[in-house]
Amino acid sequence: MSTPAGLRRVTLFVTCIVDQLYPAIGKATVQILERQGVAIHVPRGLTCCGQMAFNAGFRDESYAVAGRTIELLRGQGDVVLPSGSCAAMIRHLYAELFAHSPYAGPAAELAARTYELTEYLVDVLGVTDVGAHYRGRITYHDACHGLRFLGVGRQARTLLAHVREAEVRPLPNGGTCCGFGGLFAIKQYAISEAMLERKLHDVQAAEADLLVTGDASCMTQIAGGLSRRGSPTRARHIAEVLANMVDVRPV
Amino acid sequence: MSTHTLHFFDRVDTALHDATLRTALDRATTRFVGNRAGAIGALSDADRLRDQARALRAYALSRLDELLERLAERVEDRGGHVCWASDGEEAKRYIAELARSRGVRSIVKSKSMASEEIHLNEALERAGVEVVETDLGEYILQIAGETPSHIIAPAIHKTREQVGALFEQHLGMPPTTEVPPMIRAARQALRQRFLRADMGISGVNFGVADEGAVVIVENEGNARFTTTVPRIHVAIMGIERIVERLEDLAVMLQVLARSATGQKLSVYTSIISGPARPGEADGPEEFHLVLLDNGRSQILGGQYAEALMCIRCGACLNACPVYQSIGGHAYGGVYSGPIGAILTPLLQPDLPDNHLLPHASSLCGACQEVCPVRIAIPDLLLRLRADAVKAGKFHPIEKTAIQTYATMMNNPALYRASGKFAHLGARLLRRKGRIRRLPPPLHLWTRGRDFPSLPAQTFSEWWEERERQRRSG
Ligand code: SF4
Repeated sequence: MSTPAGLRRVTLFVTCIVDQLYPAIGKATVQILERQGVAIHVPRGLTCCGQMAFNAGFRDESYAVAGRTIELLRGQGDVVLPSGSCAAMIRHLYAELFAHSPYAGPAAELAARTYELTEYLVDVLGVTDVGAHYRGRITYHDACHGLRFLGVGRQARTLLAHVREAEVRPLPNGGTCCGFGGLFAIKQYAISEAMLERKLHDVQAAEADLLVTGDASCMTQIAGGLSRRGSPTRARHIAEVLANMVDVRPV
Repeated sequence: MSTHTLHFFDRVDTALHDATLRTALDRATTRFVGNRAGAIGALSDADRLRDQARALRAYALSRLDELLERLAERVEDRGGHVCWASDGEEAKRYIAELARSRGVRSIVKSKSMASEEIHLNEALERAGVEVVETDLGEYILQIAGETPSHIIAPAIHKTREQVGALFEQHLGMPPTTEVPPMIRAARQALRQRFLRADMGISGVNFGVADEGAVVIVENEGNARFTTTVPRIHVAIMGIERIVERLEDLAVMLQVLARSATGQKLSVYTSIISGPARPGEADGPEEFHLVLLDNGRSQILGGQYAEALMCIRCGACLNACPVYQSIGGHAYGGVYSGPIGAILTPLLQPDLPDNHLLPHASSLCGACQEVCPVRIAIPDLLLRLRADAVKAGKFHPIEKTAIQTYATMMNNPALYRASGKFAHLGARLLRRKGRIRRLPPPLHLWTRGRDFPSLPAQTFSEWWEERERQRRSG
């Protein structure tokens, strides 16, 4: 969608977790997109994609939350989310949630104009260098839903490869789940912790001072583990790195 | 200790604290994952082959009745017998009665998950018949008195050190951790059993409708003995494991071997059609095919039909980070791992923890990624979760949490207010910018992980403030 001045315009859906827990990721996303000349619109009252209830099996509750989200995003042009997981909910799972319902059509229409942030930058805007710099060693964790349900990962790597002064190091088993999984992290806490343990082991093996990922939820899991173990490695969302919002802290 | 009497969470806990199990699983799943990746990666047209495999499975399921009838008719034309078993009881009764009427005292068995599913061995032993497993993994488990924990590698949960100790104790072999001498010792012990056996029982990888034949693939050669040496051969086949034409095997056997073990093809492929004909030196006098329904035709028309496409390659188990962490026994059913979390509730509906199994997944999608027939495993798990909720099977706290969540998300004013409230709470709890202990039920998060402290201003507040300044500025 274009504004009268010919600017690109997107609707930003920061997701509930970023809104409440990590506003910095939302601000970073705004900054990155605006630097690319994109005009941003944030619909008032937008909260959540409904994934938490959906994944728990509570489809009626999810239907209510997600239906409201569809209404708020109706006619709002391209929608960008700094989350592969919530973008996958809209693109992949809304079809299941709204099958045979009045929202089936609007859900499909919304899915077709919904993008994860790195995907939007690289594939739609054609940007690979957003002018970021970070003096340190970065390693990238492919958050599952973005990787497997949207096929993103390549875009993030391309963007990170252009971060000045950063050394991007491979993360062993980078596409293996960190063990977050929404309520899974609570309901199956023991398995979740075991999966996190393996992830932290791989992060350590990567010898990076910054673990970067595209989902705030996985970031919470990994950061929580790193912090509990007193690790010097920090976990950050890719938007924060791309917007130069991560201070350099020598390890 | 029989872990099956424990509650799901206790079994998980037992598994997570079992360091030997972890070693065994790590070694085996790493090897399987690597082998599969290599074998699939070596194909230039892996995607097309998988699409073909899926299409063949979908086709077979869409015409299942017709194909099964053709299979049965042609098996009978070739002098074989067919038993249509609607459930495990019927299958067991047929086989036990067959054993009794033919004076069978000793049975050798090759690997069959369908026979595990209906607990065939116990039934036959109760009928006074000796049953010996001849697949090395199954043989190990029979000696140990355990059940399989993996579809294709039943003893995956055992280290070679444990197997060495077991063989030392039961077969009197000198202590070793080397695999080849263990295989020799097992072969030695099994040879006598093969010669003594009056009946061989096998599973079936695929029935071929046009040929009236069943196909069995294996790497040890024991299935070939099982199906040819004893005078009676009984093959048990889940009704969904069918293809129409012999040519279809070219696709199916390739994706099966590559996904299961990373081989181009399994070492032995036996195509069996009926008993030995007059003048043939090899083969049994009698051939019986047991077509096991056991809930499958119920699944066929419903929202889980896709699960019947499964060809039991085990790739989704190996790739699953949950399976890698807890192994197969924790699931409590015969089928484990991601596909087991779907099949067990469907095929063994009476198990008490069934509603929990679909939650034993972070929905990471690694299973679907490797599945040779691309079963949408996470989607099916989500449907089972929804069914469990509809059936009222959830923790009361969960319902309260989800309803609170939905109310909040649907009411921006409330959403903001509760955000503020949470922020105040977080300020009380945080130490050095992080939260080390949250109140129940969130203490389950902070058991092993810190939680970030909440920001003073949410993103929406910041955005609105910025918009206001822009308008006025
Ligand atoms: S679900 Fe797919 S990957 Fe898993 S065992 Fe069946 S065929 Fe193999």
